[in-house]
Amino acid sequence: MKNLIKDSVSGFKTLVVGMRLTIDQFFRRPVTVHYPREALKMPERYRGHIELVRDPETGNSLCIACKSCEKACPSDCIFVEGIKREGEKRKSPTEFSLDFTKCSLCGSCVEVCPTDALRFTKEYNLASTERSAYLYDLLRRLEGQKK
Amino acid sequence: MSVPPLELIKGPDETFILNLGPQHPATHGVLRIKLTMDGEYVTRAEPVPGYIHRMHEKMGENRTWNQFLPNTSRIDYLSAMAYTHAFVGVAERAAGIEVPPRAEYIRVITSELNRISSHLVWFGAFLLDLGGFTPLLYAFDDREKILDLLEGITGSRLTYCYYRFGGVCNDVDDAFLRGTKEFVAHMRPRMKLYRDLVTDNIILRKRLTDIGHISADMCRRYGATGPVIRGAGVAYDTRKVEPYSAYREFDFDIPVFPEADSMARYLVRMEEIVQSLRIIEQAVDRLPDGPFIAPKMPKVMKVPPGDYFYATEAARGRFAVRAVSDGKEIPYRLKLRAPSFSNLSLFEEASRGMMLPDALAMLGSLDLVIPDIDR
Repeated sequence: MKNLIKDSVSGFKTLVVGMRLTIDQFFRRPVTVHYPREALKMPERYRGHIELVRDPETGNSLCIACKSCEKACPSDCIFVEGIKREGEKRKSPTEFSLDFTKCSLCGSCVEVCPTDALRFTKEYNLASTERSAYLYDLLRRLEGQKK
Repeated sequence: MSVPPLELIKGPDETFILNLGPQHPATHGVLRIKLTMDGEYVTRAEPVPGYIHRMHEKMGENRTWNQFLPNTSRIDYLSAMAYTHAFVGVAERAAGIEVPPRAEYIRVITSELNRISSHLVWFGAFLLDLGGFTPLLYAFDDREKILDLLEGITGSRLTYCYYRFGGVCNDVDDAFLRGTKEFVAHMRPRMKLYRDLVTDNIILRKRLTDIGHISADMCRRYGATGPVIRGAGVAYDTRKVEPYSAYREFDFDIPVFPEADSMARYLVRMEEIVQSLRIIEQAVDRLPDGPFIAPKMPKVMKVPPGDYFYATEAARGRFAVRAVSDGKEIPYRLKLRAPSFSNLSLFEEASRGMMLPDALAMLGSLDLVIPDIDR
């Protein structure tokens, strides 16, 4: 009997303490932001899908179509094809496509690239109802950014 | 008129089968447990794993060492760092690569941060199982701070894939170190808040104390590790018994509670958060300068022939990788020893004769991650 009373009193006290902590939170500022009215800034190293990097001198891609990324990719989601154009020292890509449905954003391609021609984007708004929306032609994407 | 014998009135067997999962609101992930119930009491619990089996071990045998790296963060998505650590560790041990001290310290800091975030998810989800929603929001508020820190250096919030053979892929910056120090300072008073709000709460105490006994002997028989065995009074922690990485250099305790009930396992995890904070604080203060990855690492990892083993202490227990190499670019065999699988396997024996709500509370206190069970 004595234990029961003791238990009830101390138990009730813990409930009051918990309730006080909860009420305290009413007067705190919210910790969330109201997306999409506000959006958080993506950190510098955020890993979005990859894109090609432009050579500041020529305006073309830095890619030399060596296919290192294609080989390194664990999910086989990169496809590169390239030719050696006349008057150029190295190969340049004719096709660079990414199947983002398979990509797990591990970054192996970015790491193995010998010319640093790949980097991560900061895009995360990528919802679509069609699978084809995730088959990216990265070369065309680079050209599109020129304009 | 004679009275028929009791068995005929009652029937020989009045048990019934209750399916817990694969998508029961009280289970985590897609775990299915076939419960044979006698009224409110569990007479037999048969776990049916395999719903998200992804053949990680087999995948390891048909891709190169480097290509398997991203997989390791996806076995247990809540403590990805420790899993990647074991995998890079086994390759480093095999190839005799010396990891620079800075990289080891960074690994310790990130692993411990990851452990805290994992325990916070467990804390929230466990109390959600018990019917308390509010603590989840507190826990996720704190966890968000860790995820922001780790996202800043790794670029990812859950499947980090941050470690590389010979080190880590990016160096940590001052913002991360400052943020980590701030987090440690922020988290200490929060532990008091958790204690006042949840641990001392009479409802929680009544539901967990003296319920769900898992003895040390049972842990040993099933190979249960981590907070489950430490909650049964055995101070078994891979960080202490087989110190790896830089853990030897830090001063920390292994929390042990001998009560072996659900409350003991709860308290072990809460105390582990405090100990992890201690490790992080020491590691950040003493972080050495130098390279963050061993120099001259080959682009394609090759491991000399042999049989290698490396174990780490993940948030759920001992995670170990056994790799057999035949000298080629692809491992010959990769065995992943996942703690959740062993921790689940004792559930059948431990839950026998328990009431259903108590069995669920015990299931929650095991902290199961289903992808870790299925692999």
